[in-house]
Amino acid sequence: MKRLAVNRYKCGYCGACIAVCKFNANELVETYLEIYHDKCTLCMACVKTCPMNALEVVE
Amino acid sequence: MTDCDVIVVGAGPGGSLAAKTAAEKGLDVLLIEKRQEIGVPVRCAEGVGREEFEEFVMPVEKWIASEIESAELYSPSGYRVKLSADQAGNEVGYVLERKIFDRYLAMLAGKAGAEVLTKTSAVWMKRENGNVKLGIRCMGEFQEITAKIVIGADGVESRVAKWAGIDSTLKLNEIESCVQYLMTDIDFNPTTTYFWVGRKYAPGGYIWLFPKGKDSANVGIGVMPSMAERPAKYYLDRFVREKFPEGEIVEVVVGGVPVKGAIDTAVSDNVMLVGDAARHTDPITGGGIINAMKAGYHAGITASEAIEKGDYSESFLKRYDTRWMNDFGQTLVRNRKLQEKMLKLNDSAFDRLFKGIGEMPIGEMNVRRLALELFKKEPKLLWDLREFLV
Ligand SMILES: Cc1cc2nc3c(=O)[nH]c(=O)nc-3n(C[C@H](O)[C@H](O)[C@H](O)COP(=O)(O)OP(=O)(O)OC[C@H]3O[C@@H](n4cnc5c(N)ncnc54)[C@H](O)[C@@H]3O)c2cc1C
Ligand code: SF4
Ligand code: SF4
Repeated sequence: MKRLAVNRYKCGYCGACIAVCKFNANELVETYLEIYHDKCTLCMACVKTCPMNALEVVE
Repeated sequence: MTDCDVIVVGAGPGGSLAAKTAAEKGLDVLLIEKRQEIGVPVRCAEGVGREEFEEFVMPVEKWIASEIESAELYSPSGYRVKLSADQAGNEVGYVLERKIFDRYLAMLAGKAGAEVLTKTSAVWMKRENGNVKLGIRCMGEFQEITAKIVIGADGVESRVAKWAGIDSTLKLNEIESCVQYLMTDIDFNPTTTYFWVGRKYAPGGYIWLFPKGKDSANVGIGVMPSMAERPAKYYLDRFVREKFPEGEIVEVVVGGVPVKGAIDTAVSDNVMLVGDAARHTDPITGGGIINAMKAGYHAGITASEAIEKGDYSESFLKRYDTRWMNDFGQTLVRNRKLQEKMLKLNDSAFDRLFKGIGEMPIGEMNVRRLALELFKKEPKLLWDLREFLV
């Protein structure tokens, strides 16, 4: 199944991806990005916004 | 009975100013910050205009990294526009050391009487009997706190906005995706800020260099996700390789800057939003420190009036909307429109404009004024922009 994955070695925990998610499918817990896969629609908004290219959809 | 009058979520410049103002008005204030160290990691290029900044806080040496006297802007083919202060010695801006500055502001809030908790996140919120209940996780322990008012100063990733029912989600043309390196071993004038504009450098945004003292500088980029084909980091790396191949990177900063312009409302029952949470950043410059402080101040004042009246309803708190709208909200609206026009300029248009302008004096660093000057040189754009030129 396709799902959104965060590369923690790239992520700079900036919160930009959260500002563009309409589905409340992500959250920045201090410096740890949580993705709530049950809410994520794979709309790609966060993937396009991430300055560090830390997000991708994987199989 | 509530546990306190006001809970402020987030100890950035907006939250600390709100907490300080409310505490000075005699309210019982709790300021919570999810990070364990206030101000770190930094998400900012740290530039502020001098005059407006000093209305809120007098500069202290330990958090002023540089004093800025002039700016240089470069078009895609390298034409330069220089902006310099009218009179020599009248510096136009500062570059801050936000790690220290943010802490200094939080301490001012503490000194004014606010209770400050770090490593403490707000995790949920609900309204109850006219008050508001906030779930917090304080160093790993859950607690519930009731208050009369919550001020959401929780930055670009604001959860308070969502809990309050204020839709602040940004579209891909309403955010700048940013990366910045603190660089050393590069050449620059320590009293000058530098900007590179055009799609070649930064689709839908710009590249900046802000000196931090003599030896290092913030070199960063913002791109608009709707226009950029690659991540922000790609464009910055390309620029740095070309311009500063010998430079060393000693810190990386990442962030998102709202460029939505004014939102319809930043209040709902028991809740006010300030700063980045309310998308208060300027759509052209991306600057948000001063607006966050202004909004924090207005929210603190409004909170004290609401508590005096015993009315925390949306309709009472609306006066906060009026205040920030009159203070800087109109500028956000105008600058958003101006930005939309600027985004249409292609690189050769920037080259022509810059070539035509050369040098011009300014009193206060003001990118908006520059934009207007640029457009005056281009009659076709002028017609489009007639509403801005009065
Ligand atoms: C790369 C970059 C460059 C920039 N350059 C400039 C510049 O040169 N000049 C300028 O004026 N502005 C600049 N800005 C914008 C500026 O940084 C922001 O506008 C400013 O920090 C906004 O202040 P704030 O108080 O609203 O939010 P922030 O400073 O973001 O503070 C929000 C705080 O809330 C905390 N928080 C979030 N959620 C919770 C929670 N649930 N519980 C508890 N705490 C929480 C966060 O940890 C954070 O500390 C830049 C931004 C970026 C990303
Ligand atoms: S936008 Fe990218 S770098 Fe920023 S928190 Fe999200 S995944 Fe991490
Ligand atoms: S892909 Fe869309 S829904 Fe999923 S986390 Fe990213 S922005 Fe949210």
